[in-house]
Order: sequence, then C-alpha cells, then structure tokens
Amino acid sequence: MKNPITGLNKIFDNRIRLGVMSVLMVNEEISFNDLKALLEVTDGNLATHLVTLEENGFLKVHKGFIGRKTNTTYAITRLGEKTFSEHINALENMIKGVK
Amino acid sequence: MEENKPTAHSLEELKDIRRIMERSSRFVSLSGLSGVAAGICALGGAYIADQIFRNYYGEYNSRGFTTGDDFSRLKIKLILLAAGVFVLAFSSAFYLTWRKAKKQGLPVWDPASRRLAWNMLMPLVAGGAFILGMLRYDIWIFVAPACLVFYGLALVNASKYTLSDIRYLGYCEIILGTVNMLYTGLGLWFWGIGFGLLHIIYGIIMWNKYERGN
Repeated sequence: MKNPITGLNKIFDNRIRLGVMSVLMVNEEISFNDLKALLEVTDGNLATHLVTLEENGFLKVHKGFIGRKTNTTYAITRLGEKTFSEHINALENMIKGVK
Repeated sequence: MEENKPTAHSLEELKDIRRIMERSSRFVSLSGLSGVAAGICALGGAYIADQIFRNYYGEYNSRGFTTGDDFSRLKIKLILLAAGVFVLAFSSAFYLTWRKAKKQGLPVWDPASRRLAWNMLMPLVAGGAFILGMLRYDIWIFVAPACLVFYGLALVNASKYTLSDIRYLGYCEIILGTVNMLYTGLGLWFWGIGFGLLHIIYGIIMWNKYERGN
C-alpha cells in the first residue's frame, strides 16, 4: 500500500501558513492588511510566516505604493500552487484511507 | 485510537482550508432581509408611481388634453421617485447586510466585498447609462424591461462573488424583463413584480436558509 503521508508538506503544518496558502489559491493577489484581517493574526506573526513561504518559493512578493503608503501584495507561484494541491490531495487520501 | 488522530487532524485542516478559501473569495454576509427591505421599497415606489400616472391620465381625461409642461413635470416626478426608491432600497439593504456582517464578526469592506461591488456595479452602470439614453429620446416603454434585464445580468455576474443562490434571482429578473418586452404597456406591473415581489420572496428564502438557524 502506498504511504498516505507522501505529499504532505511540513511547511503547511502551521495554521497560519495553511491559511495564507488557502487565501492565495483563490485570490490572484492580496495585500498584507487584507491577509491580516482575514486570518486574524498580528503583524509580526504573519510577516514571519510570509517570509518562510517566500523563502520556499511558494509566493511572490510585490512591493508597491498607494500614495506614499507602502502596499505589499502577495501572489502564489506555480511551485506553491503545485505543492499546496499535493498537500490537499494527501490530506484527502488520508481521510479516504481510513474509511 | 492512534490511527484516528492524524485523520481527525487532516479533516480539521481540510475544513479550515475550505472555510478560508470560501471566505476570502466570496462575500457571505449578504443578508436575506436586505432583499425583503429592497422589495418593500420597490413596491412602495411602484404604488406611488401608479398614483402619479393616475393623476396624469385623470387630468387628460377631464381636460381632454395635456401640455408639454405636464409631461415634463411627470418625467421629473418619476425620475425623482426612482432616485428616492433606489437610495432608500440601497441604504436599507446595506444596513441589514452590515448588521449581519457585524454579528458574524466579519469585515464589510474586504477584498471579497470589493470584488462583489465592482462586478455588480459594472452591468448596473451600463444599464443606467442605457436607460438615461433612452429617456433622452422619450422611449419610455423599454425602461422597465431594461431595468429588469440589466439588473438580472448584474446579479448573475455578482453571484460568483457572494452566496451563489442569487444567480436564480438574476435568471428570474432576466426572464421577466424579456417577457416584459412583449407587454410594454404593463411595465409598472412587471417592474413591481421583479423588484418588489421577487426580492421579497428571494429574501425570505435566503433568510430561512442561512440566517434563521443562527
């Protein structure tokens, strides 16, 4: 039997990172503040997790301005999309496997 | 028992993913009561419009003629009435939705609601411009059908960004508007059914389905 855990990714073990990826899957791009409001987390906490995801190549960061205020937006990368889909599939397989 | 643990955990994770995807891409706080309120405003507006028409034709019947002045006064009255009904319907609908969002602890103005507003507004603005264009040439008979069709299209377009049931209301409005093209003399009736009755029915169904339990 195939090991059902294959495909599960350690990086998505964290709830906030899981949340970020879920949002990015269905939104072309999203700003830092909107992400913060959606996931109900603090600035510092969110920033740390975003860095982790960026370092793994799962998301692209775009730094822009609205007037003088900085506006950072995030979008998912191909790799991020692929890895996250595999993660979801693995989760589904685990549930099916036990039934 | 040990076997169950990772499964329960993955199920929880999947639920989280689903919930966040849903919430970040659709505006789910649209209240059914908004529909009911908008419907009541529309029915009230249709009743007043009917009175205005009766007055106008009553004058015609008793005097035997109406002047161009009478007609432009009728036009202004109706346009003011329409604007009033729109503002009242929109603000009461907005208030009820705002109240629901607050109760759910969700933001009213987030990427999902912005997308909903934008996609709803596009067909409405196009429709509004189209109708004003018709009025410029005194083409009154297609005002009600155009309102219904454009509004229906706006709803179908918006349904991708909120509770998707709203698409059925959109289909009904489009059908009603199209049928209205065949019975242009009954514009006010069709308008009243589309914006009044259908809104109220839709609102009650939605309220029953999503809000009553909570």
